[in-house]
Amino acid sequence: MDSLRSRVRDAAAQGQALELVGHGSKRFYGEAPQGQPWVLSREPALCGLRAHEPAELYVTAGAGTPLRELEAQLGSQGQQLGCEPPRFGGEGTVGGLIATALAGPARPYWGGVRDALLGLTLIDGRGELLKFGGTVMKNVAGFDVARAMCGAMGTLGLITEASFKLMPIPQAQVTLRFDATQDDAIYAANQAALQGLPLSASAWWNGSLLLRLSGLEASVRAAAKRLGGDALPVDLALGFWNGLRHQSDEFFAGAVRAIQAGSGVAIWRLSLPPTTPVLKVPGEQLIEWGGALRWLVTPLAAQAVRELAERAGGHATLYAALDKSAPAFTPAQGAEAQIRARLKSEFDPKGIFNPGRLG
Amino acid sequence: MSVAAPQGLQALRKLLGPEGLIERAGGFGPYECDGLSAYRARPLAVAIPADAEQLGAVLRICHEAELPIVPRGAGTGLSGGALPHPQGITLSLARLNHILALDPASRTARVQCGVRNLAISQAAAAHGLYYAPDPSSQIACTIGGNVAENAGGVHCLKYGLTLHNVLGLRGFTAAGEPIELGSMAGALDSPGADLLALAIGSEGLLCVVSEVLVRLTPKPPEARCLLASFGTVTQAAQAVCALIASGLTPAGLEMMDQAMTRAAEDFVHAGYDLEAAALLLCESDGAPETVAAEIEQMRAVLQACGATRIEESRDEAERARFWSGRKNAFPASGRMSPDYLCMDASIPRARLAEMLAAIEAMQTQWGLRCANVFHAGDGNLHPLILFDGKDPEQLRRAEGFGAQILETAVAMGGSITGEHGVGVEKLSSMCVQFSRAELERFQGLKQAWDPAGRLNPGKAIPELRRCAEGGKLWVREGKLPHPELERF
Ligand SMILES: Cc1cc2nc3c(=O)[nH]c(=O)nc-3n(C[C@H](O)[C@H](O)[C@H](O)COP(=O)(O)OP(=O)(O)OC[C@H]3O[C@@H](n4cnc5c(N)ncnc54)[C@H](O)[C@@H]3O)c2cc1C
Repeated sequence: MDSLRSRVRDAAAQGQALELVGHGSKRFYGEAPQGQPWVLSREPALCGLRAHEPAELYVTAGAGTPLRELEAQLGSQGQQLGCEPPRFGGEGTVGGLIATALAGPARPYWGGVRDALLGLTLIDGRGELLKFGGTVMKNVAGFDVARAMCGAMGTLGLITEASFKLMPIPQAQVTLRFDATQDDAIYAANQAALQGLPLSASAWWNGSLLLRLSGLEASVRAAAKRLGGDALPVDLALGFWNGLRHQSDEFFAGAVRAIQAGSGVAIWRLSLPPTTPVLKVPGEQLIEWGGALRWLVTPLAAQAVRELAERAGGHATLYAALDKSAPAFTPAQGAEAQIRARLKSEFDPKGIFNPGRLG
Repeated sequence: MSVAAPQGLQALRKLLGPEGLIERAGGFGPYECDGLSAYRARPLAVAIPADAEQLGAVLRICHEAELPIVPRGAGTGLSGGALPHPQGITLSLARLNHILALDPASRTARVQCGVRNLAISQAAAAHGLYYAPDPSSQIACTIGGNVAENAGGVHCLKYGLTLHNVLGLRGFTAAGEPIELGSMAGALDSPGADLLALAIGSEGLLCVVSEVLVRLTPKPPEARCLLASFGTVTQAAQAVCALIASGLTPAGLEMMDQAMTRAAEDFVHAGYDLEAAALLLCESDGAPETVAAEIEQMRAVLQACGATRIEESRDEAERARFWSGRKNAFPASGRMSPDYLCMDASIPRARLAEMLAAIEAMQTQWGLRCANVFHAGDGNLHPLILFDGKDPEQLRRAEGFGAQILETAVAMGGSITGEHGVGVEKLSSMCVQFSRAELERFQGLKQAWDPAGRLNPGKAIPELRRCAEGGKLWVREGKLPHPELERF
């Protein structure tokens, strides 16, 4: 750890920008990385499990630890991270998970990355090793700096290790398929959540609504009976949700092909109130999170997409595109922008960590 | 007092009128302290804005006049967070108490900060929904105060803390500039560092919250409770771990030791097993099939862990009876001793047995008794150290005992506070949990939001030179803060 700290201090002294890299699986996400790449997954001091207390439902892992390795270990004890983090191309690290805060299909039901995170340690821009939060479920001492790191894209510090709350892999899981228009799907997913059914994922694509139920055998069976629909075979269901989670399914694969072929489309990720009505835009759409996440593959101009999202009460992220001249994230304004800027200079006074990555 | 203070007060008078500004010391009574009544102070004045617009204007005036501001909800806080600043304005948010919108389809409610926690659930009940986080002060405490403290309750084991149930905030910075964090429309993600998470639990130091978008939860159709007796505290603590490890998430999982059970039984006559060294209350809620299946599994685990007796609630009245002693544990403690210190530490669940054994040993070491009643499922302890306040020597020992519990909690990887916050009470204990560099980052973070340091100064994060005394909730002469409320 001391050598990592001194590398940070040297960089700060020389004003040298560092690009923090886990596996680089999310390098496409956000603004273009700047600075000298530092591959944290190759730093032995940052890799590996520190503690896993199955009875306690928490795990602590180095930030360079591959998610693959972490999740294999948890799975062997019948446990998982509630936030279902994506592994793009099978890659991804603990640090990248927190920095990007990208959560999977269970997000509205089991919570996001910040909800699963209990604490972390980081090296700030002064080279200090700091610990915030911990491994306990309840902790209200001091400001919640650990959770503030979620979504910061590594601009506030180098995460060295983190602890997460775990959940047991549910006893039973059933996926139901319904023929549905977008309208019907948005309505049905919200109604199902309102009835307190044990939902754990929902998605609409291409005329089908899929609802995943998870929990005790008896409650999943009872809920499935109430909802009707066609139960998907287990393998097919697992393949579908994994494809969505890791974005290897046909919707994303097709979108990436279209981008690379220079067709002028971009992938947009819109975080919206779940009951937002159907978005009338050219191109393809996929709905997740009971309506709260809308993926658009569209040639529409950035400004138009942003206005659409803003009118609905949410915001749009330019997720993947060849032309990334528009800002990737909706820029902050007013007092919030000022606070964000001051926060950055407090944690990284010399501006060495991932400058510009957030815009 | 700042040079500009008189002009500031003049401007506040003009803005708020006599009903919106209390300046007479005679009117300060209810505002002199919060639930931690051992600390009292008088503010310069109490401002009571009628709406968000006035709230913003009050903050801008105070900013101009360089007046410190202490936000205040219902004043039920247990760490002195709403304690007045002698040269500052106490900002009562009690009149911002309107539920602005309730949308069953998206399962959200948009409420002003002064709305009481329980009032949200009452309004949502018509739609079969409720607001899950349920501090035992819920009939009195406000959602703004809950946000500031990241408050929890019995339901939090299964449904999460305030943090997990708030989607967005609207409010003002210390300078009176409007700010919105998270999403007030109900979107789940926002770009950049999670400022919403930072604001939650910030004890009124970063911004004043005027409006909150909360997530509502479908009301479970059924709830059933098991009451299990154990021959040793260690066995009960092991049962807590075994329950969690078995993949169950109880809707509530609470423990009482024998001292506490006996005092509670004296007080409420719940029919508790007085021979048990410890009792566990273990609840399941949800659809009837779920509850039936869960209760069966819970029973099996409790039995395997050596429960000597297990009772199951057959109806709502019986469930209420099981909980009655737990809910009245604090007033019941008054029967054991006129004075007690209520600690609020949080530890990894797996070390519960070890911690309870350590506390037992500390009783001998300090020559004082300690009763335990707590959120076992969360590892959130509330040891009650019993002593006689008339004996200064006993008070000194009680404080030493309390400090040792907090230090032990930190050494076990826990925290000096699980839900009551730091306030003024635990400023010194912050130095046990955090390093100098960490405390400096907290100060810097405070400055990023409030460069002039006017919002609730002197609370939650210690000055670096202060690192000495231990923290305390000292209940004097059996007089409780907010005796009208049920206790957890
Ligand atoms: C009998 C009893 C039982 C309790 N049980 C629990 C429990 O089970 N779980 C638990 O977590 N707590 C519990 N508490 C503690 C207390 O009720 C909570 O901390 C509650 O959240 C405080 O809310 P309040 O409105 O009373 O806030 P106050 O006491 O008025 O204020 C608390 C803090 O919040 C700040 N604040 C208040 N409103 C705002 C706002 N709008 N914007 C910014 N800052 C604000 C204040 O400055 C202060 O620092 C209990 C207290 C009592 C007396």
